[in-house]
Amino acid sequence: MFLGKVIGSVWSTKKDENLVGSKLLIVRQVDLEYNDKENFVVAVDSVGAGVGEIVLVATGSSSRQTKITKDKPVDAVIMAIVDKLDISVKGFMEEYKSR
Amino acid sequence: MFLGKVIGNVWATQKYEALKSFKLMFVQPINSNQENIGEPIIAVDTIGAGPGETIFYITASEAVIPLPVDMAPVDASIVGIVDTINQSAI
Repeated sequence: MFLGKVIGSVWSTKKDENLVGSKLLIVRQVDLEYNDKENFVVAVDSVGAGVGEIVLVATGSSSRQTKITKDKPVDAVIMAIVDKLDISVKGFMEEYKSR
Repeated sequence: MFLGKVIGNVWATQKYEALKSFKLMFVQPINSNQENIGEPIIAVDTIGAGPGETIFYITASEAVIPLPVDMAPVDASIVGIVDTINQSAI
């Protein structure tokens, strides 16, 4: 899974009929300090996320393993809303920032 | 399967219902010399790994197999804690 920030939603009237009723959100990938990275995905929401929230996105065939995405043409799903990151290994953040 | 090091955990009270009782851990992928490679990922912990431990993890849809649930949107899960790595010179 990767960390992302919900930056908007996608409105689509003509889409695969299996996707009718799915909430599609645009998620921008972020790093451990919530700084924006370059990648975006359009993901189906399974937890009720809103714009501005930090979320976890599962990708690939695993994203079909929810009740709302089962057997549907989906390759990214929001599966958790992040409250807090707890990086507890000493020295890791310093090493991470210096990359 | 890949080697990684647990560097912390993610607090998420709102998550997919089947994942309520599982811990989400930050994993930094490492190589066999224990050097960090690439970006950290988030993986579901199935065995009780803690921060600082070297582990191995699986990715893609197989990551759901170790979880005792039918369906869960998980694309990475920790499946073992590494005790030692023996590297023989080729």
